[in-house]
Amino acid sequence: MMNRKVHVQAIINGEEVEFLCEPRQSLLEVLRETLGLTGTKEGCNNGNCGACNVILDGALVNSCLVLAVEVSGRAVTTIEGIATARGLHPLQEKFIAHAALQCGFCTPGFIVAAKALLDQNPNPSESEARQWLAGNLCRCTGYDRIVRAVMDAAQAQEKLL
Amino acid sequence: MTTLSADEKKQAYGVIGKNPLRHDGTDKVTGRAQYGADIRFPGMLYGAMLRSPHAHARILSIDTSKAEAYPGVKAVVTANDLPDVESKIAELGEGTINLRHQSNNVLAKDKVLYFGHAVAALAAINPHVAEEAIALIDVKYEILPPVLDVRKAMQADSAILLDDMRTDELGKKGDIPSNVAAHSQEQVGDIEKGFQDASVIVEREFFTSMVHQGYIEPQNATAHYNPDGQITIWCSTQGSFGVREQVAEILEIPVSKIRVIPMEIGGGFGGKVGVYLEPVVVLLSRKSGYRPVKMAMSRADVLAATGPTSGSYIKVKMGANEAGKITAVQAMLAYEAGAYPGSPVGGGMGVMFAPYRIENALVDGYDVLVNKPRTAAYRAPGGSNAAFASETVIDELCERLGMDPIEFRLLNGAQEGDRRVDGPVYGRIGFVETLEAAKNSPHYRAALEGPNRGRGVASGFWYNYGGRSSASASINSDGTVSLLTGSVDIGGTRTSLAMQLAESLGIPAESIRPSVADTDSVGYTEGTYGSRTTFATGWAAYEVGKALKEKLLERAALIWETESGTIQFENGAFSFDGKQMTFAELASQLNETGGPIVASAGVRPEQSAPTFATHIVDVEVDPETGKVDILRYTAVQDAGKAIYPDYVASQMQGGVAQGAGWALNEEYLYDDQGRLTNASLLDYRMPVTLDLPMIETIIVEVPNPGHPYGVRGVGEVPIVPPPAALANAIYNAIGVRMAILPMRPARIVAELNRQKG
Repeated sequence: MMNRKVHVQAIINGEEVEFLCEPRQSLLEVLRETLGLTGTKEGCNNGNCGACNVILDGALVNSCLVLAVEVSGRAVTTIEGIATARGLHPLQEKFIAHAALQCGFCTPGFIVAAKALLDQNPNPSESEARQWLAGNLCRCTGYDRIVRAVMDAAQAQEKLL
Repeated sequence: MTTLSADEKKQAYGVIGKNPLRHDGTDKVTGRAQYGADIRFPGMLYGAMLRSPHAHARILSIDTSKAEAYPGVKAVVTANDLPDVESKIAELGEGTINLRHQSNNVLAKDKVLYFGHAVAALAAINPHVAEEAIALIDVKYEILPPVLDVRKAMQADSAILLDDMRTDELGKKGDIPSNVAAHSQEQVGDIEKGFQDASVIVEREFFTSMVHQGYIEPQNATAHYNPDGQITIWCSTQGSFGVREQVAEILEIPVSKIRVIPMEIGGGFGGKVGVYLEPVVVLLSRKSGYRPVKMAMSRADVLAATGPTSGSYIKVKMGANEAGKITAVQAMLAYEAGAYPGSPVGGGMGVMFAPYRIENALVDGYDVLVNKPRTAAYRAPGGSNAAFASETVIDELCERLGMDPIEFRLLNGAQEGDRRVDGPVYGRIGFVETLEAAKNSPHYRAALEGPNRGRGVASGFWYNYGGRSSASASINSDGTVSLLTGSVDIGGTRTSLAMQLAESLGIPAESIRPSVADTDSVGYTEGTYGSRTTFATGWAAYEVGKALKEKLLERAALIWETESGTIQFENGAFSFDGKQMTFAELASQLNETGGPIVASAGVRPEQSAPTFATHIVDVEVDPETGKVDILRYTAVQDAGKAIYPDYVASQMQGGVAQGAGWALNEEYLYDDQGRLTNASLLDYRMPVTLDLPMIETIIVEVPNPGHPYGVRGVGEVPIVPPPAALANAIYNAIGVRMAILPMRPARIVAELNRQKG
């Protein structure tokens, strides 16, 4: 009975969410197809591009490599949960200000990955930022502006705290 | 840093040359922007494609009965569902394509010509059912010998891909089947005499592998076939009107029956101009009882069956006299076209010696079929392969002559009035300005020290395309202007276009609301390719601004009871006889003065103006492992006029990154049966953050006299110099000349070992 659906309850972007999914469905597929959270992108579906990055209980993961049933009882943050009621997150503001995107397709993954970085290292060096972001592919920018935006967002966040 | 040439007077712009926040920035950093795969409709079906496991085979039979009977499957299609399109050549963004080949590429007809060639498709209730069912389609093949090497493919005893292919030999059709689709030639002067005049001659062979554009968003398309025959397509494309034309031709449907809605696009670089999925989802929608059908490619399919640009074999011979002047050049280029003709060998032939004043040249190019995917344009198509060859040979000439590479290029650099080897005579160009800027750059003036470190320089050229563009705009009562264009925005062009309209109206960029319109909502516009959007669609936006201004002046004249010619319009304000009215004040009075103001413009500049780039790179090579670390990189480029400088610089940086990947890591790896063995983003190794330093940019501005704001294209040329610049730096670091791309670690170690004996 492969297609029997499983009931899953999870916290997604701070809100309790319930959904039905097949055991074979990835978190990425359920986020996009079932929950309509299409900000999380599919670039490769095998963990090599980072476009589907989400934060799962504080850890950065590729949502294409997580089964949806695995998030039962856990907390997921997607790109849609990065901005706050006050407005854009400093990372989002700095990505725009530094022109750190061209096509924008990899951008949600980068911002989620950078958020996970700043959550645990609020003041990364350039080399720490590059190390952390090496799991995310961008084909447009050459990374220069992305790294600058992340470093600058770290500074901006420090000032806020 | 921006360097203005001395003879160009700086024009004072209010908007152009600044960096407003891009209009779609918030949508793209919050995940709200809608890309093709993000859409869903009630009752939507999901498509899947069956692809050939063989590189070269005859299709004997296709049995779809089991798949059709599978629960949840709603429609199955094969090439039998496509009309028999006749051979007809169509323009297809920086190249042409035979529509029959295009049709056969969308769904294979009698033969499969590469690993991953589409054979059959179906639509089902969800993607998992679609995948299960696709495996039930039974195809019987007669396997044929794969043709995988460009030079072997040219030999008379090679297996033949297309039985009706006859070589176009310098304009004359051959009479025997061949894999050489075309041989073309460019000739000027007398190379024999030129080489006699040379005191130094360098002749080398080069090999490059197929590489992919590597956009992060896989191809996707959704179609709805309405029972009244009207078709809507939502897709990821560089050119919505091009999709409309191709689908119309392939399915033999009038263009007016098709509306293409271009979604946000996750990168293209030339690879999203030709259609793959669009005709198939249209057929599936019709066959499934008019349900919307969405299909997206897997990454493996993207790599196996879309895009790549040609691998190539190139032979170059160059001579220079004692003073360092180039006396003659000769080259032979053979480019892999993939399964159907249309490699960018012509682009390569033209790029190869374009930066230099050359009196004696002979260049031969061959467009060659091999059992690999049909190649597509990739950023300055054909240019990087060619410049890798010519610019490393120039480096060797410089070494033999004891000349600085920038001085050599300054001595030989093409200027206004010089004739390119392929014919055209240059107007005002900025090559020398890029060399001067490179020479005076902080990077070139800084010493590079340390073992196994080296510096390389290379230059590059790109033609830049013009083409057809339309724009429409309407004035809103709050003093803003809504701008519609048909240009898909891949890298901030909503803003670079809005800025040109804003400039012509004297209002801020933020007062423009730019949108990308579908094919029913705006005039014909060619795709976002050929470095043409900011140039040509920007020109249309400028024309729209002029037209709006005329109409606004008439309204102001009505209000002030005068002739419109007596009214001044400057910096967004109208004035007459001591009275003043801002743009916004007038915009709020449109209703009372005659109703809405709307303007449209269509433009068709044939050609933009060429651009040049000069790159400097420092590397450190680990002689044990062969790994190349890029320590510092500076890209210098003539933008004509940089409308939106941050995004010009970003194009330069992105081109460098792609060029560095091409140079050092990226390649298609086929086994001896022609199966692609690295069809994943782990094994097809594109640069990541750790592979690159910050990339310094120097924008030179030698305005294009053929554009209202002096724009030249900027997107393509930055990918041309990197492979050669890196090869030259590697030589400078460890003393080995690399002749094969990519210059991956194992190849460098092998060359070092060979050198040691």
